[in-house]
Amino acid sequence: MSETIDQNKRHFLGMATAATGLVGVGFATVPFLSSLKPSARARALGAPVEVPLGSLEPGEMIRVVWRGKLVYVLRRTSDMLKRLSDVTDLLRDPDSLEADIQPDYTVNEHRSLNPEYLVVEGSCTHLGCAPLPQFEVTPSSDWFGGFFCPCHGSKFDLSGRVYKGVPAPTNLKVPPYSFSQTNVITIGIDPSDA
Amino acid sequence: MMTDNTKKLENNSKLLSWIDERFPYSETMKEHITEYYASKNFNIWYVFGVLAMVVLVIQLLTGIFLTMNYKPSSEEAFSSVEYIMRDVEWGWLIRYMHSTGASFFFIVVYLHMFRAMLYGSYKKPRELIWIIGMLIFLVLMAEAFAGYLLPWGQMSYWGAQVIISIFGAIPFFGEALVEIIRGDYSISDITLNRFFALHVIALPLALIALIFVHIVALHEVGSNNPDGIEIKDYKNDQGIPIDGVAFHPYHTSKDLVAIIAFLMVFSLVVFFAPDMGGYFLEYANFEKANPSATPEHIAPVWYFTPYYAILRAVPDKLGGAIAMGLAVLLPLFLPWLDRSKVKSIRYRGWIYKFALTTFVISFISLGVLGVLPADGIYVSMARFFSILYFAFFLLMPYFSMIDKTKPVPDRVT
Amino acid sequence: MKLRFYILFSAIFFAPVGANAAVKKPLMSANNDIYDIESLQRGARNFMNYCSGCHSAEYIRYDVIGEDLGITQSQLKEYLMFNAQQTFDTINASMTSEDASGWFGQAPPDLSLAARAKGTDYIYTFLKSFYVDNTSPTGVDNVVLAGTSMPNVLWELQGHQKYSQNEDESKLEVYIPGKMNEEEFNSFLRDTSNFLEYISEPVKVKRQALGVKVLFFLAFFMVLAYFLKKEVWKDIK
Repeated sequence: MSETIDQNKRHFLGMATAATGLVGVGFATVPFLSSLKPSARARALGAPVEVPLGSLEPGEMIRVVWRGKLVYVLRRTSDMLKRLSDVTDLLRDPDSLEADIQPDYTVNEHRSLNPEYLVVEGSCTHLGCAPLPQFEVTPSSDWFGGFFCPCHGSKFDLSGRVYKGVPAPTNLKVPPYSFSQTNVITIGIDPSDA
Repeated sequence: MMTDNTKKLENNSKLLSWIDERFPYSETMKEHITEYYASKNFNIWYVFGVLAMVVLVIQLLTGIFLTMNYKPSSEEAFSSVEYIMRDVEWGWLIRYMHSTGASFFFIVVYLHMFRAMLYGSYKKPRELIWIIGMLIFLVLMAEAFAGYLLPWGQMSYWGAQVIISIFGAIPFFGEALVEIIRGDYSISDITLNRFFALHVIALPLALIALIFVHIVALHEVGSNNPDGIEIKDYKNDQGIPIDGVAFHPYHTSKDLVAIIAFLMVFSLVVFFAPDMGGYFLEYANFEKANPSATPEHIAPVWYFTPYYAILRAVPDKLGGAIAMGLAVLLPLFLPWLDRSKVKSIRYRGWIYKFALTTFVISFISLGVLGVLPADGIYVSMARFFSILYFAFFLLMPYFSMIDKTKPVPDRVT
Repeated sequence: MKLRFYILFSAIFFAPVGANAAVKKPLMSANNDIYDIESLQRGARNFMNYCSGCHSAEYIRYDVIGEDLGITQSQLKEYLMFNAQQTFDTINASMTSEDASGWFGQAPPDLSLAARAKGTDYIYTFLKSFYVDNTSPTGVDNVVLAGTSMPNVLWELQGHQKYSQNEDESKLEVYIPGKMNEEEFNSFLRDTSNFLEYISEPVKVKRQALGVKVLFFLAFFMVLAYFLKKEVWKDIK
């Protein structure tokens, strides 16, 4: 009789101790795994970047760096905007249906919050070279303005949308951004969080 | 033999059988854990070996995560430690665990070694375990010394400067040796980088290898016990020592209690007193190393102070270095210095007990004297206790022989 | 018998330490309390107004101060951030170290870890121990750190002190009063050294709180492990 009671008690204690131990180990792993997250310094260095647009002329593009990545901010002219609909048939993903390339609020023809300003990562979606701005139109060679990647010849239009038949698979990435003031954009913050 | 095992186990687990056919898993478990027999009368002194392993695991784990964020250059080292303390999530905890672990490693190891002195665990047939253990102690001291340079604080820099220059006292090749250790004409970025490599890879590998060998040697002869008798002398029909109990579940369950108690003390320090009044994290080390400004008072970390006191007790630089070296190495010879037929202090006479007590008082006093400035009465005290320290070892062949021992029982008590 | 031995032993050992202490002037007690958030807030303001002109605190970020001391982003920007752009920036001195070295002989040290390296009592006593000395380039000297290149930035609040020494007694006393009386000034210094202790280890309060939880968990675990051990060892006679 006492043998059985002993065994049950022993079993219970053993299980309880093991369970507590496992919980303890679980608690103990939290600091170690959390330390792998971006540190305060990483978050500071990766903080949103404010870009004042006041001095940007129509047709002019500036480059800024956000989280170590090159970002192009282009102020499009009305001509440039008109040409966006001309090239639709030449593009692989004209409606930006591919997810994870751009935030929801830039799923439109101009791929931006405000049609006048294009904000796009300057990294070719093929192998990461910085595409060169080529805004002059040369109808003879079917070029209506956009970005040209010198590495392997990928082409993107004035909304950063990728052409068919080039190595790059997707449109240029659009980073999260919002207008903190009418003339200032903040790259790194969505409009909902602004 | 192998097939017998596999046949028995097929009932238990197909997976286990598959593994056992390819790897001596169950065999090893039996030989070293479930059917390794150790005396049933272990007391608290027997807990420090497993605690040392716990501290080792803590140091390795925290060390890996610190290395992810630490920068081993004289420009960035100090800042990177503050980066870990402030910017890295939970970095402060990982850092404190590592600094506290370093001090606890020595507390545990000193107590572990003392157990051997209490119960004669270094005597035949365990001399090799003791020798390997002394090697572990040496490597541990080197590991701690290298590690202490890494934060690149004032005490890191100047402590290393002082200790490394001691090697310069060696005649003929002393100065060359010092230059080889430093890799430069004074302690610099170069020294820091190589000490980093030693501390993070070379010495931990050596430590792990030695600890493995230490345990293999232990298991070969079996553990000692507080009575100093060999439990293997009395086996039952199945060949199991009558006074032994299986390591698992008996010693594992007992050690678990000890481990948790240890973790409680450890946590008390980590969460409430990581500085430990400047003994675990020295105050001067919160200032970045400055080669042009020597701190008022240079002292090594507490666990080196007994040997430091001996070094300073000798007025000659080379003499002091030799004395310190001898002080560290003398315990190595205990298996041969100790002539007593009896292992455990329980059955030794008053002479040995008096000698061991004097040794403990001397060691602790030397430790205290090592942190105090070397002036006034402290100088004579350091010399006095240094003499007692050496006397313990050098006179042992004599007093251990004439010591009137008590009869040793056959079975453990 | 043993107790008497230990007492005698300790007395012999530590008596000389006491003798040493009498030679150096003992430090005044800052009596600060890092749990006193309001004190820390005042200390932050004091530090920014009186210290950050010359002294940086390069390891503490404004947003950490804001979070721990209950100061909002806009309050940070308005009251504390004089030369910083972003709240995640660390506290930088307004004076460059080149200028400082030129004007004072050495750059004022960064104060992020001053409280850990020297102690809050030291800082408190140091700030209280300036006295007028016409032979010094800054017009003052300090009892705690003789020959200091730091001017007495708090003279307006404390007033001017003079240092007199006769035989074995030395004292500092205010002979031209400042805006604060001694009690107010002490309180000001207490807040400031309190803030310095805080920035030397911002996580201290949180770590102590966590420690309590960890110890409770381990105590519970210990109870289970202890009863398990007792149960398992019932097998052994």
